[in-house]
Amino acid sequence: MLPDLLIALTMLSNFSLVATSRVSKAIQFAVLQGVLLGLMPLAMGLGRHFHIVLLAFAAVAVKGWFIPFLFRRALKQVHIQREVDPYIGYTVSLMLCALGTGLSLLLAHNLPLKPGTEYALMVPASLATLFTGFLLLVSRRKALTQVVGYLVLENGIYLFGLLLVEDMPALVEAGILLDLFVGIFVMGIVINHIRVAFDSTDTRHLAELKD
Amino acid sequence: MSLYFLALLAAAVSGIPGLFLRRRGGEVAAGLLGLAAALGLGASLAVLSGGQVGSFALRTAALGAPGLLVFDPLAAFFAIPVLILSVCGAVYGLGYWEGRRGNTPLLRLVYGLLTAALLLLVAASHALTFLLAWEGMAIAAFVLVMAEDREAETRRAGWIYLAATHTGTLLLFAAFALLARVQGQAGFGALPAGLAASCVGTALFTLFLLGFGFKAGLFPLHLWLPPAHAAAPSHVSALMSGVLLKMGILGIARFLSWVPDPPPWWGGTLAAAGALSGILGVAFALGQHDLKRLLAYHSIENIGIILLGLGLGTLGKATGHPAMQALGYAGALLHVVNHSLFKGLLFLSAGSVLHATGTRDLERLGGLGRTMPWTSAAFLAGAWAICGLPPLNGFVSEWLIYLGAFRGLGLEPGLGWQGWPLVILVSLALIGALALACFAKAFGAVFLGLPRTETANHAPEAPRTMLLPMGLLALACLAIGVAPALFAPALGRAAGVLGGSPVGSPVGGEALTALAPLRMLTWAAAILGLLALLLGRWLRPAAPTPREGDLPTWDCGYAAADARMQYTASSLADGLVRGLRWVLRPVAHLPRVAGWFPRPARYESHVPDPALDRAAAPALQLVARGAGFLRVAQGGALPVYLLYVLLTLLALLVWMVA
Repeated sequence: MLPDLLIALTMLSNFSLVATSRVSKAIQFAVLQGVLLGLMPLAMGLGRHFHIVLLAFAAVAVKGWFIPFLFRRALKQVHIQREVDPYIGYTVSLMLCALGTGLSLLLAHNLPLKPGTEYALMVPASLATLFTGFLLLVSRRKALTQVVGYLVLENGIYLFGLLLVEDMPALVEAGILLDLFVGIFVMGIVINHIRVAFDSTDTRHLAELKD
Repeated sequence: MSLYFLALLAAAVSGIPGLFLRRRGGEVAAGLLGLAAALGLGASLAVLSGGQVGSFALRTAALGAPGLLVFDPLAAFFAIPVLILSVCGAVYGLGYWEGRRGNTPLLRLVYGLLTAALLLLVAASHALTFLLAWEGMAIAAFVLVMAEDREAETRRAGWIYLAATHTGTLLLFAAFALLARVQGQAGFGALPAGLAASCVGTALFTLFLLGFGFKAGLFPLHLWLPPAHAAAPSHVSALMSGVLLKMGILGIARFLSWVPDPPPWWGGTLAAAGALSGILGVAFALGQHDLKRLLAYHSIENIGIILLGLGLGTLGKATGHPAMQALGYAGALLHVVNHSLFKGLLFLSAGSVLHATGTRDLERLGGLGRTMPWTSAAFLAGAWAICGLPPLNGFVSEWLIYLGAFRGLGLEPGLGWQGWPLVILVSLALIGALALACFAKAFGAVFLGLPRTETANHAPEAPRTMLLPMGLLALACLAIGVAPALFAPALGRAAGVLGGSPVGSPVGGEALTALAPLRMLTWAAAILGLLALLLGRWLRPAAPTPREGDLPTWDCGYAAADARMQYTASSLADGLVRGLRWVLRPVAHLPRVAGWFPRPARYESHVPDPALDRAAAPALQLVARGAGFLRVAQGGALPVYLLYVLLTLLALLVWMVA
C-alpha cells in the first residue's frame, strides 16, 4: 500500500516538475522526488537487510541534503533569474509528459520482465520519470535546470534499480549514487565555467563551441 | 613473482609523490623507478638463470581460464629493456625536461604508469590482462606524445598515433576473440596441432601480424611512427622506440610460441615483411633532414631486422631444422634488447643536441663534436652499434641471424621455397650498408665539420643527469658486444620459449654457444681494439690549418673554408637518394633562375612518407569530404544532442517490446 502511494506521488511530482515556471520550485520538486524514492526500499519492507537500509539512508542524505546544498550554492553564485525559460511551453510540456507516462504504461505492460513483481506501478513509473528527466533536459535552456533534468533522470534509473534491489549487489547501487554525485559535481563546474566564459548560464552559447 | 609485483607497484606509483611535493618530485620518481628496475631485473635474472617460473591466477568463473600473468623466460627477457630504458629515461628527464612549460607532475605520473603497463604486458597470459595492459600502454604513450601540445605538429602527431594504435587494437580484439572461440577460453596456451594449417590458423596469423604490425611499425603500417617519435620529448621517444615498438614483436613472439607446427609460408611472410620494413625503413631514413625522424625510420629498419630473424626461426621450426630455429629466434630476441639499448642511446643523445641547440634540423647543426664531446661520443657509440659493426652489440645479433641463414642455404628437406635464406642474407647486407651510409651522414652533419648556425657554435654540453644514462646505455652496448657468451644462456632460454617450451629449455638440447662461436667474439674484439689503438697511433692527426702566407694564391678557397663550403646532410646523401628516387620519390622545390641578376633563392627538398602523406592522409581526406553531410546533425546545441539520446532510447525500447 505504502509503496504504491510513494510511486503515485513520484508520478505526480513529474507533472509538477514540467509545469512549474520557477527554478527554485523545480529544484524543490526534484529533491522531494528524490527523498520519496529514497524512502521506497523501507516502504517495500526491506528494512531487514542492513545494506539496503544503509543505501536508503545514503540516498535520502544525498538527495535531501547534499544536492539541495549544492543547488543553493550554485544559485547564490550565478545570480540566476527565477524564470525557467523553456524552449517548449508549459502546457505543451505537460501534454508531452502525460504522453510519455501513457507510453511507459503501455511499454511496461509489454516488456519482457521477470514475472512476479509485486508492485505493478514500479516499471511504468520509472520509465515515466526517465522520460520526464529527458524532457527537462531537452526543453530547458538554463544549465541549472538541466541539472534538475539529470537528477530526475537518475531518479527514474534508481526506481528501476529498486526492482532488483534484493538480487543486485550493493556495489551497483553505490555506483548509481556515485554516478549521480559526479554528474552534479561536474555540472556544477561546467555551469561555473559557462558563466565565466559567456557571462551567462544559457546553454545556447555552447553552440558556439562546435567545430 | 613477489619481486615482479613489487617492481610493478614501485613503477606504477613512482609519479604519485611528485603530485604533492613542491620540489624534487622528479628525483623521487626516478628513485622509485630505479627501485623498480632493481627489483624487476632481480626477478628477470632469477627466471633467466633457470629459476622457477612464477605465475598469478584469479579463480573466478567470469574469466574462463584462471591464469592472468606468467613471468616466464620470454617475459623476463622483454622486461629487461623495459626496466633499463624507463629508469634511464627518468633520470635523463630530470635534466632534459627542467624548466619546461606544461604539466610536469602529470607527465611523470603517466611515465610511471606507462612503465607499469609495459611490465604488466610482458607477463600477460590471458587476453584480458594483455588487452588491458595494451590499451593502458597506448593511452599513456598518447599522453606523453602530447606533452608539448601547444605546437600544432605535436597535436597532429598525437592524433595520428591514437588513430593508428586503435586500428591495431581493433584487429587484436578480433584476433583474440577468434582465438578464444577456437580454444574455448581466453587464456594463453599451446594451440592444437594442425590448427595452423587451417583457414582459422591463417586468419589468426594475418590478424596478429597486422594488429601487432601497427604497433611495431611494420612498413606500410608505420605511418604513426615518424611523426610521434619526432614530436615526443626525447626520453619518451627513447622509451617508445626502444620498448613500445618491441611490444608488437612480443605479441608476434607469443603467438609463435603457441603454434607447434607453423607452415613454412609463415616464416617466409615474416621474412618478406622484415625485408620490406628493413630496406625501405633505412632508405627513407636516408632522405630525412630531421634528426629524430631519421632515428624513427631506423626503428622501422630494426624492426625489419628482428622480423627477418623471427622469419628465419619460424622457417627452421616449420621444417624441423633446430639449429636454424635457435639461431634465428635468438638473433631476433637479442636484437630486441640491442635495439632498445642503442636506439635509446641515440634518442637520448639526439635529445641532448635538441636541448642544447633547440633544433632537430640537420642542416642547422654541425661541429658539435667540439663543444659536446661526451654527447658526440655517445651518439657515435649508438651509431656504431646500430650499423652492426663489431665490437658493439648490434653486430652480435645480426651475426647470429647471418649464421642461421647461412645454415639454411641448401638445406634438405626444403623450406617451401629454397630462396628464403638467400633473401634474408641479401636484405641484411643491404640494410647494413645503407644504415652505415645514413649514420655517416647523420653523425657527420651533426657533430663534424663546422657549425652551420650561431647556436650550433655555442651549444653547451649536456648536464650530468643527461650524460649518466647515456653512459650507462653505451656501456651495456659494449658489454653485450664484447662478452656475448655471458648472455647466451639467458638468450637461449628466452628463444626456447619461442620454440614451444614453457620453461625455455633450448630446442634439441643444444646450447647457443655450441651453435655459434660466441666466445671467439671476445677475442676478436680484443684484437680489433688493439689494432684500432695501433692504427690510431700510426695515423697521425692531419696537419694543422696552414697560415695564410704558406698557401698558394689560388687554392680553391680552401685557405678560408667556412661552414657553407662543407657538405650538407642532403648533399652527402644525395647520390643514394637519387639512386633510390623510384621508391623514395623526393619532392624538391627548385628556384627558377631568371634574368642577369637573379635574386637570392631557396632550394628545399623533402621525402614525404609513402604510407602517411601519399596514402592514408589523402584517403582519409576523401572520407571526410564524403561524410560532410553528417555535419547537419552536429548542431552544437546540447538539448538537441540529448534529444538524440532520448530518441535512441525510445527506439530501443520499442524495438524490445515489438
